[in-house]
Parts: sequence; structure tokens; C-alpha cells
Amino acid sequence: MHGKTAHELHNLLINKKTSSVEITQAVFARIEKAEDKIRAYVTLNKEEALEQARAADRQISRSPDIPISQLTGIPVAVKDNMCTKGILTTCSSKILSNYIPPYDATVVTKLKEAGAVIIGKTNLDEFAMGSSTENSANHVTRNPWNLEAVPGGSSGGSAAAIAAAEAILATGSDTGGSIRQPAAFCGVVGLKPTYGRVSRYGLVAFASSLDQIGPITKDMTDAAIMMNVMAGRDELDSTSVDLPVPDYRKALVNNVKKMRVGLIKELMGQGIDPEVKAAVKKAADTFANLGAEMIEVSLPSFEYAVATYYLIATAEASSNLARFDGVKFGRRSKAAKDILTMYYNTRREGFGPEVKRRIMLGTYALSAGYYDAYYLKALKVRTLIKQDFEKALGACDILISPTAPTIAFKLGEKTADPLSMYLSDIATIPVNLAGLPAISLPCGFSNKLPIGLQIIGRAFAEEIILRAAFTYEQNTDWHKAKPNV
Amino acid sequence: MKIDVDHVAKLARLGLSEEEKTLFEKQLSAILDYADNLKKLDTERVPPTSHAIALKNVYREDKVIPCSDIEAIMANAPEEANHMFRVPRIIE
Repeated sequence: MHGKTAHELHNLLINKKTSSVEITQAVFARIEKAEDKIRAYVTLNKEEALEQARAADRQISRSPDIPISQLTGIPVAVKDNMCTKGILTTCSSKILSNYIPPYDATVVTKLKEAGAVIIGKTNLDEFAMGSSTENSANHVTRNPWNLEAVPGGSSGGSAAAIAAAEAILATGSDTGGSIRQPAAFCGVVGLKPTYGRVSRYGLVAFASSLDQIGPITKDMTDAAIMMNVMAGRDELDSTSVDLPVPDYRKALVNNVKKMRVGLIKELMGQGIDPEVKAAVKKAADTFANLGAEMIEVSLPSFEYAVATYYLIATAEASSNLARFDGVKFGRRSKAAKDILTMYYNTRREGFGPEVKRRIMLGTYALSAGYYDAYYLKALKVRTLIKQDFEKALGACDILISPTAPTIAFKLGEKTADPLSMYLSDIATIPVNLAGLPAISLPCGFSNKLPIGLQIIGRAFAEEIILRAAFTYEQNTDWHKAKPNV
Repeated sequence: MKIDVDHVAKLARLGLSEEEKTLFEKQLSAILDYADNLKKLDTERVPPTSHAIALKNVYREDKVIPCSDIEAIMANAPEEANHMFRVPRIIE
């Protein structure tokens, strides 16, 4: 039961072949069995989840007279940087280790309104800052395909939970690749929607001009189902865009004939693992065999994307994280003699090393004398990156590349060298800078670890990337492989 | 590029140990050296992009809506008194 997709379970539910309580219990039984090894979760919400499952079953019993949502009765895991009313929300940080939000993030509200069952909160790099989930103050999460490898990050808990069948669906957030890179490392599907497509209200802010919430799922149909519920304008997030939400399931058409597919030259060269390259090349051949028109495209500004990103994202983070001062919520240092020592010591004790490093870098990039040279310069290069995308996506309908330059690396391999960790996001970062939608889906294996294919689209063209990804999925078997845990 | 760690930490109201200061000075210098690559690009005539999707000021109706439960909000306060957040003395 726990291994099934949401759309498969929905069919069983509406045909009264199973119940939400039965599914939810199966997922918790699976968690009990696998969690010792994986440790995807920070908090489990079993009691409330079973209550939600019983409520869903009452709704289902009245269907089809009163129609139900595709998510009614389906267990969903929520990344622990999204506020859940009455449930601990730690952001995997010591400073929020006791924080119980008085409200739900809009995404959580929408999931609940659709009848989804909230099973728990998943681990992440502290404040979503990292690419391996090793920066969590809670614990390390392991890759279900190889327990010595990282699950990726920062949504490593959500991706590992989906790969290990410890959840049916999960939410992630993506500032520089935090949905797509862990999805690639764990062999699952991860969609980062266009900036503004999904409300960020209640998502603990990291870099507000880059953050976006999206689904992590077992297949493309489930990603479309989740988007149907999550997308849309929200009055509580003024950057959410007022565009109609299509039925994303209608985009799932097995046909890419005449679609113009651009292979990004800069992400198929130096620094990309040869086996990853070979798998992506093969995916390009698959698209060509299915009737797509393959084009090689060049986006020369990509060379500068990682530097640009780490100046902009840290600048925004240094400002966003100023709210953690020990006054209104979160932990306050006991060594708080006066207001200044309260700030200094609260933040010293509450933040982990990567968060401190980024606050320092961002504060520096914004400080007098360096603002023009670093922050403003980065904003200008961001324009160049955006322009390169506009050009490439004028000539192509979608762009493809590896999601990450390598397969999942070993635990501890990159923790001592922050720059090498940052470079693992080289393929995903440019997409956030331009605010575009992109998806990662499995396209092969190397050393028994999954390889991810990234498909990038024009702003608000989620339907086109879903169609391309669905076609690829229907014509390959990679998504059917499951780890042995 | 050398970075004045003490000054930046003070701006960020961030307490750091001596080991962290030494480590960050080294690591941040390496990151800034890498970021100096951006200087190779001529951006004289390039406008900055602070938001990927063009945004204008967004207005909404000024209406009163119920606030979250005050007890649930105050339950998160490190120290509180009569529904107020308590902090160390600021003014002598």
C-alpha cells in the first residue's frame, strides 16, 4: 500500500477497495520499519493524521454524490520549514527547536482543505541552507539507495521519505535547487514551480526573491495532482501571481512530436560526471526518437550563476534571519544580561555553522563599501542570466540538462569545503535566479545511485515541462526502480 | 579579499567563537575570491534584477480580519508578562 502513488490510491479509495485509515496505518508501519535507517522525519503527527484519515473516510463514503479531491485521504509529508498549526516547526535549527506555529502555511491549509492527511515534518538543512541535509541540527538523513550517501538537500527528508515509501506525497521548497537536487539524488520527481505560482505564506523565508514551494512525488501524475491543489494566488503572499490555475493533469499527454528541446551546452561539459552526461545524452536521444527536435543551446552566463546566487541568496538571508533575535519566539540564550548580549548569544547558540557563514557573507555583501561591488554586481549578472534564458527559450520550448553534476556524494565528503558544496547546485541555481519552472526526474543510474534529468520551461509554462516529463516517463522505466530498504 | 570578521559579525549581531572567526575568515575569503569572477563581466549598461517576475506594488482592501489566537502566539515567547514580550532592560 505504502509503495503506491496517490493516483493509484485515489482509484482504490473511490472504488471503496481501501480506506484512508488503512493507507495511513500502512504508511506509519512503513515509517516504523524504515525510519531507523533513513531518518527522514523530524516530527511525526500520528494521532492527528489518523483523525484526518477518519474524516477523509467519512467524506469518501459520501462520494460520488459529493465529489472528493484527488488528495482526499492521501498521506502527505511536509518539509519542516513550512508552518503547521500546533505541530513543531523547527527548520532543523536549534533556534526554533521549540517553535509551535499558531497558524498553517497556505500550502498546508490547501492540502488540508483538499482532505490530505498530514503525517509529519521532514528533515532539511538548517533554514534550507545546504545541499546534503547534513546541516540539520536534528540529525543526518540517509539516501535510501545507499545509506552511506547523502539524500541531497535541502529537502533531503522529503525526497528520502518518498524514495523509501515513507510517505505518498511530500512538499519541498527550492531556493537554489532544494527540491530538484534531492529528488535527483533519491530517484524521485521534484517540481520547482515558477516564482509566484505557489504561495510562500508560512514558508520560513530564506531568500525571498528565489524561494518557491513545490511537490516531491513518485511520478509525474502525482506531481500534477499536487500542483492542482497547491498553485494559485494567495492574498497573504503579495508575490503570488493572479493567473488561472489550469488542470495540470490535462497536460499529461504522451507526445513530444515537434517539441523543440534545447540541450544546455554549459551543463554538458567540464565538471559534469561522465556517467551523468551519458545518461542525459541518452535522454536527449529518447526525446529525438519520440519526434522532438533537438537543439544545442549555449547560455554563457551560467559560468557566473553560482557566484551570483551566493551573493544574492545570502544577502536576502542575512536580512530575513534578523528576526531570530530571541524576543518573540524561538530560543533565547540564558546568557542575556542586556539587549545586545541577548542578540549575540541567542544567535551564537541558536544558529549552526552554515547559517552563520551565510549571514556573514550576506551581511558583508550588503555592507557599506561593498554593496556595489558584490550585491549590486550580482543583481546585474542576474539580468544577464535571465536574458540568456529568454533567448534560449525563444528558440526552444524546453531546455534539458543534468539536475546535478554528480550522483549523490558520500556523507561527510563535502562538509569541510563550503565552496565545493555550493558548486553541486550549478545546474539548478540559474533557474531560481530567472524564476523559471523546472522539474527533475530519474533518467538512469551510476554506481547503483539515481541520476536526475532536469527539464526547464518558460515562466508559468509548467504544463509544457509536465508534458515533456510525462512523455519521457511513459517511454522509460527509471521511475519504476525502487531502493531496497 | 580579506574580510573584517569582527565588524561584519557586529553588523549581523552574531556572536562567534574565536575558532569560528578564524575559520570564517579563511572560508569567506575563498568564496569572495570565487565571486570576484563576476568582475570579468562588463555590466556597465546592464540594469539590476531584484525580482525575476516583474512586480508592482500590490494593494489590498484595508479590512479587519481575526488575528491568530493570542495565547498560541504568546506560548512561543521566551519570556512574557501580561501578553507582552519581556526583554532585558533597554533604557537606564
